[in-house]
Amino acid sequence: MSEKSTWTNKVGLAEMLRGGVIMDVTTPEQAKIAEDAGAVSVMALERVPADIRAEGGVARMADLTVIERIMECVTIPVMAKCRIGHFAEAQVLEAIGVDFIDESEVLTPADEKFHVWKHAFKVPFVCGCTNLAEALRRIGEGAAMIRTKGEAGSGNIVEATRHMRTVITEIERLKGLRQDELMTTAKEMGAPFDLVQQVHDQGKLPVPNFSAGGIATPADAALMMQLGAESVFVGSGIFKSEDPAERAAAIVHATTYYEDPAEVAKACRGLKGAAMPGLDVSKLPAEERMANRGW
Amino acid sequence: MRIGVLSLQGDFAEHVQAFEELGVEVSAVKRPEAVLACDALVLPGGESTTIGKLCVRFGVGEAILDLARRGAPIWGTCAGMILLAREIEESDQWRLGLMDITVRRNAFGRQVESFEADLEIAGVPEGPLRTVFIRAPVITRIGPQVEVLASVEDKIVAAREGQYLATAFHPELTTDRRVEQFFLRMLEQSNG
Repeated sequence: MSEKSTWTNKVGLAEMLRGGVIMDVTTPEQAKIAEDAGAVSVMALERVPADIRAEGGVARMADLTVIERIMECVTIPVMAKCRIGHFAEAQVLEAIGVDFIDESEVLTPADEKFHVWKHAFKVPFVCGCTNLAEALRRIGEGAAMIRTKGEAGSGNIVEATRHMRTVITEIERLKGLRQDELMTTAKEMGAPFDLVQQVHDQGKLPVPNFSAGGIATPADAALMMQLGAESVFVGSGIFKSEDPAERAAAIVHATTYYEDPAEVAKACRGLKGAAMPGLDVSKLPAEERMANRGW
Repeated sequence: MRIGVLSLQGDFAEHVQAFEELGVEVSAVKRPEAVLACDALVLPGGESTTIGKLCVRFGVGEAILDLARRGAPIWGTCAGMILLAREIEESDQWRLGLMDITVRRNAFGRQVESFEADLEIAGVPEGPLRTVFIRAPVITRIGPQVEVLASVEDKIVAAREGQYLATAFHPELTTDRRVEQFFLRMLEQSNG
């Protein structure tokens, strides 16, 4: 008996991407640079988050011709973003055959209350989170991969660090609770009870947990991996730097050997071009913070 | 007897856990010297282009070829099967080239075509096995020494050639450990 697009198939693709780097790209040429540098996947976009931030306006699902041209030119999986709650954009992305959909806070939300019901789709979804409860709500809706949000397009790792530490600390706390404390904890967290139970029993998220939002250097990638990320998304950090090809390869190097400072040093030392300029996230007004989007 | 699981990238942790469940000494390896310290090696699922590039950049590929010359059993799943192949259709990506087979990448289509199926595998006793295929490759040509172990719709998805085992699917993502046991028997034979 054969069955397509099972939960194991969806989470399985996320497992295959572990220990790798997923890179934002806006053209087939950039996608090729990413693949040649050793990216495990590319995120096809019209604009990288730093440009979305700078240009303002409503950020929507990318032009399909951009996504399709990128799908044609690389053999690694191609991801694309839909707006939070915009299930029609997600249906379109599934129809053209993207391998993973990111229901992303980087785009302007389409729904102020509800996310996409992701179990209804054959294609797997990744969603952002800033804490464990948000992660478990997204998994409850069908996300097969979680990424901590960080602050996209900022070139500043501080929010990514905060979100990863928060999720890991909250998992540790759940592990230590007694069985009779779990229901009230689920209620207070605002997370589905069955998933709270699962995290308590297994001591980890039921799907892979990657890091995103602000990674700009090889050392940033090594930091997130050591904090517990299983892979990293690099958005603006590569193609907003001076020499994208060398930076992409260096971030892959540091992600592979993240636990070995001598190797991370080698990855850093090779870099001639400067990193992307960063933003002081603490000076960003609340309405400009992408991480606050999602419910 | 020590099994190494190549851990440059991919779902190596599931493979390590699978062998731990069988009580075998197993470790994740990603440096040339660690690879050379193994008696057998597993190439996990992941992205074959990424793992191949890392193999070249960090000298791990040479170490695997040395291990192969010593006669060590090597099992590749999905991306690992692509790396074992001598030829890859429409691709010049780096590969170990240890098995006399040609593979086609993403042979069933993109991710939405990924599937599970019950499959009979030659040499694996006690009936069909639940198998998980994710953007899976297939074998489109086999050399004279290659034994076909399983097919889906006439497409070859598992094969053995001497010390090498290739599966297009992911036994490590299920709870059935019979393919791991098959590989352990290969290891016993090579020591005997």
